[in-house]
Amino acid sequence: MSEKLFVKGNEAVAMAAIEAGCRYYFGYPITPQSDIPEYLSRELPPLGGEFIQAESEIGAINMLLGASATGVRAMTSSSGPGISLKQEGISYMAGSELPGVIVDIMRAGPGLGGIDASQADYFQATRGGGHGGYRIIVLAPASVQEMYDLTMLAFDLSDLYRIPAMVLADSVIGQMKESLTAHPRPQTALPAKEWAVRGREAGEPQNVVKSLYLGDGEMEAFHWKMHARYQELAEKENRWEEVQTEDAKLVVTAFGSTARIAKTAIAMAREAGMKVGLLRPITLFPFPRQAYEAISRNCKNFLTIELSTGQMVEDVRLSVARDAEVSFYGRPPGAGSLPTPEELFEQIKKRY
Amino acid sequence: MKQVFTRPESLKDVQTHFCPGCHHGSIHRLVAEAMDEFDIRSKTIGVASVGCSVFLYGYFDIDVIEAPHGRAPAVATGAKRSRDDRIVFTYQGDGDLAAIGTSEIIHAANRGEDITVIFVNNTTYGMTGGQMAPTTMVGQKTSTSPYGRNQAKDGYPIRMAELLAQLEGVAFSARVAVNSPKNVMQAKKMIKTAFRYQVEGRGFSFIEALAACPTNWGMKPLAANERVGSEMIPYFPLGVYRNTANL
Ligand SMILES: Cc1ncc(C[n+]2csc(CCOP(=O)(O)OP(=O)(O)O)c2C)c(N)n1
Ligand code: SF4
Repeated sequence: MSEKLFVKGNEAVAMAAIEAGCRYYFGYPITPQSDIPEYLSRELPPLGGEFIQAESEIGAINMLLGASATGVRAMTSSSGPGISLKQEGISYMAGSELPGVIVDIMRAGPGLGGIDASQADYFQATRGGGHGGYRIIVLAPASVQEMYDLTMLAFDLSDLYRIPAMVLADSVIGQMKESLTAHPRPQTALPAKEWAVRGREAGEPQNVVKSLYLGDGEMEAFHWKMHARYQELAEKENRWEEVQTEDAKLVVTAFGSTARIAKTAIAMAREAGMKVGLLRPITLFPFPRQAYEAISRNCKNFLTIELSTGQMVEDVRLSVARDAEVSFYGRPPGAGSLPTPEELFEQIKKRY
Repeated sequence: MKQVFTRPESLKDVQTHFCPGCHHGSIHRLVAEAMDEFDIRSKTIGVASVGCSVFLYGYFDIDVIEAPHGRAPAVATGAKRSRDDRIVFTYQGDGDLAAIGTSEIIHAANRGEDITVIFVNNTTYGMTGGQMAPTTMVGQKTSTSPYGRNQAKDGYPIRMAELLAQLEGVAFSARVAVNSPKNVMQAKKMIKTAFRYQVEGRGFSFIEALAACPTNWGMKPLAANERVGSEMIPYFPLGVYRNTANL
């Protein structure tokens, strides 16, 4: 199936979901992610799957909860205002140890905001945007190819750890068309979903998917169990990309669309004889701390760039060696205000 | 000696946590009897809501998903669409279904989801201590309507069985009560019909069951039971409001 295609980022997400075996999608329209429900409304029914345009994002996330509870692969997608509404359901899914994939194609906020690309939902995604102190897996694609690859990975990681997984991109990556090599689903060994609610035959144990813990010590035990799982994730599932960091005197760090612009700026810096590298987190939760620890043993100068007034920079500061400097350059959304490579090159020169 | 009364197979042999005189238990029993009748226990998925009925899985010997407050119809939609050979029902109180969950219930009904909804209307939020519900009667005192529900400020009690009956997607909508032997027999029949409609794949079926909450009404069980007949039934008349078999 490894053919080369020319598709939008959002379409790549939908294609990957189908390839990953997802046959159930529940969504509600919002720009800039509507291509995902549009694609799946066309493609799922012929495959025997179900597409539902829910009455609201709250409806959609709870349909995902119900479908996931029966053990199937299912997905929803939205953007900021809708993701806010989904937080209740995400918290319940986290509390019920349910897998499920949520795609967030970020736009400007808070409130109605606007449809420009933004990375200001970083906290909401990585800190567990709902109540109760949970975390979800967060993957940040920077290309159409990664929209495909990471969506597929999101399904596997989510099933493996029984934690909801989010694909966090912005309108630049969602709306951009690029070449994509669609490939078959990787063969990953996954545990059987013995916990799933399917109806039971006589003699089989009752399965209950719930998040209510009232017994003495039950809730505390649940929290420690999940904490251990988050730590296991942090050890095993960190992903990141490094470009020319070996000899770097300054390491630029950014995720998603911003990292692409930064890459061009770094090439300009290298051309000018400056030793500048790039560190791009691919998993935002777990945050690739190991990469920062390792690089900051040698390089003491980091520049974090985000389409916000700064959120990921906090994770960078927590991850680098104590004697490393972390500076920040932010461009929160506004019509046509994406930073240019030249603009970022100027910032690099200032700090080099 | 011939045994004439037994526990339905779909119910577990456990002690109840419901208050004395609460009608939740009686309604549980009727739902279990319907499951036994159609022999669907092994393929039924229950969706529990938030409220006094949240412990559904503690009573019913079936697989259960617990939904967020009000969202049970959406959760049930996801479950039914992904396992369409299963019987899926929700069990919701009036705070759950008629307040926070109005959007979910109306749209699941309107889509004609092939699920059964058991709606327990006790005119109050039971679990949280007797606050005003959308079904609270005009003049009824609750912990958040201490002067009595005032229709000018709080609106009128919602009649869900009639409201949903307006929707094309609904196959069956009825209101029942369990306050007298006669009404229990009638309720049993209606609940069975609701499940039969799902077994036959006819679409959304809805049962509103009027119920007593003696604890939060501040009444003894018998008086609470009487109130169902004297105050609730006149405003929430029993009967079938939509039945596609008759259309
Ligand atoms: C989002 C949210 N809001 C509020 C609550 C608190 N709460 C728990 S039960 C309940 C009311 C339940 O009342 P009802 O549905 O009438 O059921 P009953 O207890 O009377 O059987 C409320 C408001 C909650 N759990 N979640
Ligand atoms: S509080 Fe009311 S609804 Fe809840 S168990 Fe007691 S009587 Fe029943």
